[in-house]
Amino acid sequence: MDVTLKVYRFNPNEDEKPHYEKYTLILRDDAVLLDALNEIKWKFDGSLSYRRSCRHGICGSCAVKLNGKNVLACKTPLKKAIEDFGDVLIVEPLSKNKEKIIKDLVIDKKDFWDKNKKVKPYLIANIDEHPEKENLIKPEEVEKLEDADYCIACGCCYYACESIRANKDFLGPQALAKTYRFTADGRDEAKKERLEFVDKLGIGVWDCVKCQACIEVCPKGVDPFTKITHLHNQIFEEGVAKKNVATKHAEGFVHSIKKHGILDEGMLVLYSEGVNVARHLPEAMEMLKKGKIKFPWNMPKSEGVEEIKKLVEISQTHELKG
Amino acid sequence: MKYALYTGCTAKESTPELLKSTLLVAKTLGIEIEILNEASCCGAGHLQDFDEFLSLVLNARNICLAEKRGLKMVTLCNTCQLMLENTKRKLDSDEKLKEKVNEKLGELGYKYVGNTKIQHFLYAILEDVGFEEISKHIKRPLNMKIAPFYGCHIIRPSKTHDGDNLNENPYKPNAIENLIKVLMGESVDYSTKLKCCGFHVDLQNTPVSEKLTSNILEDATKAGAEAIVTPCPLCHLNLDVKQRAIAKRENKDFNIPVLHLPEMLALAFGYSAEEIGLNHHVVDVKF
Ligand code: SF4
Ligand code: SF4
Ligand code: FES
Repeated sequence: MDVTLKVYRFNPNEDEKPHYEKYTLILRDDAVLLDALNEIKWKFDGSLSYRRSCRHGICGSCAVKLNGKNVLACKTPLKKAIEDFGDVLIVEPLSKNKEKIIKDLVIDKKDFWDKNKKVKPYLIANIDEHPEKENLIKPEEVEKLEDADYCIACGCCYYACESIRANKDFLGPQALAKTYRFTADGRDEAKKERLEFVDKLGIGVWDCVKCQACIEVCPKGVDPFTKITHLHNQIFEEGVAKKNVATKHAEGFVHSIKKHGILDEGMLVLYSEGVNVARHLPEAMEMLKKGKIKFPWNMPKSEGVEEIKKLVEISQTHELKG
Repeated sequence: MKYALYTGCTAKESTPELLKSTLLVAKTLGIEIEILNEASCCGAGHLQDFDEFLSLVLNARNICLAEKRGLKMVTLCNTCQLMLENTKRKLDSDEKLKEKVNEKLGELGYKYVGNTKIQHFLYAILEDVGFEEISKHIKRPLNMKIAPFYGCHIIRPSKTHDGDNLNENPYKPNAIENLIKVLMGESVDYSTKLKCCGFHVDLQNTPVSEKLTSNILEDATKAGAEAIVTPCPLCHLNLDVKQRAIAKRENKDFNIPVLHLPEMLALAFGYSAEEIGLNHHVVDVKF
């Protein structure tokens, strides 16, 4: 099989700016992206730098960007990649932020590891140091983790996260999925403490922009976004939720739906923001001028509103606080 | 051909032009529309944060409304589409959950079965009508450079959309580009085409939301686009309604009209600005 790769090359100690090097290789039909990188390094240019170790999708070190998608090089068949992206495969580091590039495809993942560490990625419990038997949990309890324990910390999700792009303090999908891995584990005794830690504006669960990029890239099917949604729910269920614009916003949907069946968009913003709503005045004025704001007397209602109200009442899993 | 149209809340409130133009396009393409006026809000990803089960029950009821009519359910908003499809996937793959949801629905005389397709208007017309038929209705070729902006929830996660968005590659989609070309416009490529506009953190983290939207406006403008088109009314709110405020805060100079996808079709089909509802745009659309 003929394969053409355009590989990102940058040595910050020598180069002024990055460039792309093109390589055309002949490889076996079942070759994966890592085979191609090895072939380049071993036969064409020994100076190419990238990370790899296990070659089995376990260590997470070989994560790179392939035509815009973060992947594990050792788990990505080239045949499929060509099918998905066409004849020229563009290989880049997970982040092209110049400060992060160590060399070529190798980046400094310190920010990622720091956040992983911040969420205390280990079981916290008072456990007998010399137990007589194993501390087993039932299969149903393992199911609750919903594969959150499969994370190999490759960073694919973190470096694809749209929220991180604009907010470097956000904990990001991996650290939040890791938090859920323990809040869902009945043996862990720090559930409340963990939820309190992630129930913070700026760094925590409320700052996920819901872009779904983390689900799309995760090579292990961890689905961090859904874990973040579970964390939101746990925060309310455990009574940990601090009153802020984000928690009020989530709650506000229930009020609005009960009243109108659909959202009262204007009132929802008012309810969420309280007095701070004034900051939206310029946009609100523009919207008003353009007939984009419904007044209370014109507020449309769902024709099924009575039914919807009843359904909300019988289906809600916990009470509203506000 | 007939669709059960789930309008979502936005098309009934802050983007009336979206509903107007959708109805015009449907009429031109010979599609009968039955609006699901009894439907509830899909939760927009935020009700789900408060109570995932509640959102599943509400959306299951929404789907039942189309099931009862025996019609394809068609949406106008990326986020509604994802919420409804998510509900469908979850219920169709988990008998126990479906039973629990049906227990609640049963109290009101509903039963979720799972036999309705849920599709965004964009993909519904591409699947049911097709480019060739669409091209027959062009009265006013677009003749302009348009930047397609997909919005996250219509392309990701691909495993949820599983065929309903015609198996679009989330890293290389082409539906909107092809549609622009068919309508005789020029599709512009730019670096943030597939990124997020930040809408869902607009209240709690306005700077993040504005930064992400600003990047899109800037990249599309730099690439020479004369307009942006999006299939998502929430992205539209960020790109159009907030455009001036963002330009001011970021000290940038944007003035780029943002079309809803059905508006782009309605324009090419020759409808007037008034019929389409272009007067509701914050950034003027001149055609
Ligand atoms: S869904 Fe949330 S956590 Fe996942 S990549 Fe997007 S912003 Fe990040
Ligand atoms: S959640 Fe998935 S993508 Fe993210 S670090 Fe873990 S394995 Fe990698
Ligand atoms: S080399 Fe270990 S995951 Fe690829």
